[in-house]
Amino acid sequence: MRRLLLSFVTLLLVTVLIFFMARISGDPTTLLIDDYASAQTLEDLRVSLGLDKSYPEQYWTFIKNALRGDFGESIVQKKAVGTLVLERLVATFQLGLAAFFLSLVVGVPLGVLSAVKRGSMMDQVAKIIALIGQSAPPFWIGIMLMFFFAVKLGWVPPSGRQQASSIILPAVTLGWFFVAANLRLVRSAMLDVLDSEYIKLARAKGVSSTMVVWKHAFRNALIPPLTFAGITLGSLITGSLVAETVFAWPGLGQLAFLAVRDSDYPLLQGVVITFAVFYLASTFLVDILYAYCDPRIRYT
Amino acid sequence: MSQESIVLTLPPKNLGAKGVLRRLKRAPLLPLFLLSLVVFAGILAPWVSPNDPRKGDLRARMSPPAWLEGGTMQHFLGTDHLGRDVFSRVIHGARISLIVAAVTLGVGGTIGVVLGLLAGWYGSWVDEALMRLVDIALAVPLVLVALVMVVSVGQTFPDFLGGQTGLIVVVLASWIWVRFARIVRGEVLQLKTKDYVALAKVAGASTPRILAFHIFPGVINTLIVVSTLQVGWVILVESTLSFLGAGVPPPTPAWGSMVADGRDFLAGAWWISTMPGVAILLTVISLNLFGDWLRDSLDPRLRQLAST
Repeated sequence: MRRLLLSFVTLLLVTVLIFFMARISGDPTTLLIDDYASAQTLEDLRVSLGLDKSYPEQYWTFIKNALRGDFGESIVQKKAVGTLVLERLVATFQLGLAAFFLSLVVGVPLGVLSAVKRGSMMDQVAKIIALIGQSAPPFWIGIMLMFFFAVKLGWVPPSGRQQASSIILPAVTLGWFFVAANLRLVRSAMLDVLDSEYIKLARAKGVSSTMVVWKHAFRNALIPPLTFAGITLGSLITGSLVAETVFAWPGLGQLAFLAVRDSDYPLLQGVVITFAVFYLASTFLVDILYAYCDPRIRYT
Repeated sequence: MSQESIVLTLPPKNLGAKGVLRRLKRAPLLPLFLLSLVVFAGILAPWVSPNDPRKGDLRARMSPPAWLEGGTMQHFLGTDHLGRDVFSRVIHGARISLIVAAVTLGVGGTIGVVLGLLAGWYGSWVDEALMRLVDIALAVPLVLVALVMVVSVGQTFPDFLGGQTGLIVVVLASWIWVRFARIVRGEVLQLKTKDYVALAKVAGASTPRILAFHIFPGVINTLIVVSTLQVGWVILVESTLSFLGAGVPPPTPAWGSMVADGRDFLAGAWWISTMPGVAILLTVISLNLFGDWLRDSLDPRLRQLAST
């Protein structure tokens, strides 16, 4: 319950911040009207936009409209922000899921194997993947992948979303960081768990090595990745901004980039609130999952 | 009267010059060497760069690095689409990255340390309030906030280091203090139960004096480690923002925006994007490896914390 409250407070703070930033960024009427308009026209516009009301009243209207999915109209693209966001939601979901899938299928098993076979070739490879994921700027990884696999080798299209294979490069770019993060977390958790008394007991009882690793140890080693899932999810948003911008993937991240480039505030506002809602909802779900996996944790 | 021995915990000793030297022998040499190169290049940028990083020679645009056919020693790493020298721009990029990182960590670190000391020392509601702030700050995706700030107040923000760079520093600092505050608070909770702190209290030392002279020295090692590991993080975020066009604005040469510049010329001039990216990669890898070594030699307990 308290967890739900915290998510809610954070969301409220995000909307207040966005509303406040919009107001101090200047009077929108000066953008909508030319310099020669009379004082009366200006005043009429202010009334029709609701700018003559007090700030709390304006904020309330903003929240009411936002709840109805109405974020106003994009300044540059001349379309309702809500429609623009909806159009692009699917593309971002696809990309996010692909990257998440990659981090599970590559990151987790690699983490387990490198912990079990410590010091082996596998462990060295895993270490290099993790170090690059931690240290390389994702936008640069994306551009290098594009250079080698699209421009030089021509195996996949360099950008866009016309073909099914278009998703490979952006998904790898976005997924690399998560593969690295999961790999490191699972590896260090596995090392801890494998060293514990109950694993020694299981081994002493004669349980097979495969069973010890995958049944006894593995389940406990999944807790740290879940703990950091909140932080990882935040990076997913940043990552999608970068990956979508590099590969012209028509999702929310690219929309945010376009909004920044064109100083299109209403559009940016819509995208940021959408991101914030998804982010808070998913961290909330992760926390519930976490308590379910580790009964020692309780949210009161 | 029988003899009793009283065991007091004493403040941790700092290593001293000799100890530092002994430790340095086992330091990761390659990362250390690369880092000194970056710092050297950053500080002396105007004097060591062979060409003007902002002035292009359009007749020499997109000329390849020296080791490729058609490359010249004058433009060692080639030139970009405007004929500007990539090598000089990479050197000046180091300067801007270092300045942003130094100011961010200076401001954010100081705020974080002071709040962490206070929260750890006073406990109760001060601590509670701080921890809630930390929760909220950690729950906000930083890059989104930075984008919103740049679009809304970027134009009107006081000019510092060119355009909205100052704003980026403020956003980064207002986020990074959290990491310092959390770790310092944790340390203070342990340190304040030590005997030497109690003795200082008995001797009549004032609270500011205890915090400054008895508690703070105990967290210095931790601070050095955390700062080193955070520098890499700040450089990554700054370059990401610059890449997205919301960081250090052109024509100031920043690594992130240089990578963005070269995007459209990959087929003909791959070096424009590649070189600054290599600079970021090598700098951040070196910082992480150096930070890991510092942590293991100064403060092994941090191993768990630093994985966040």
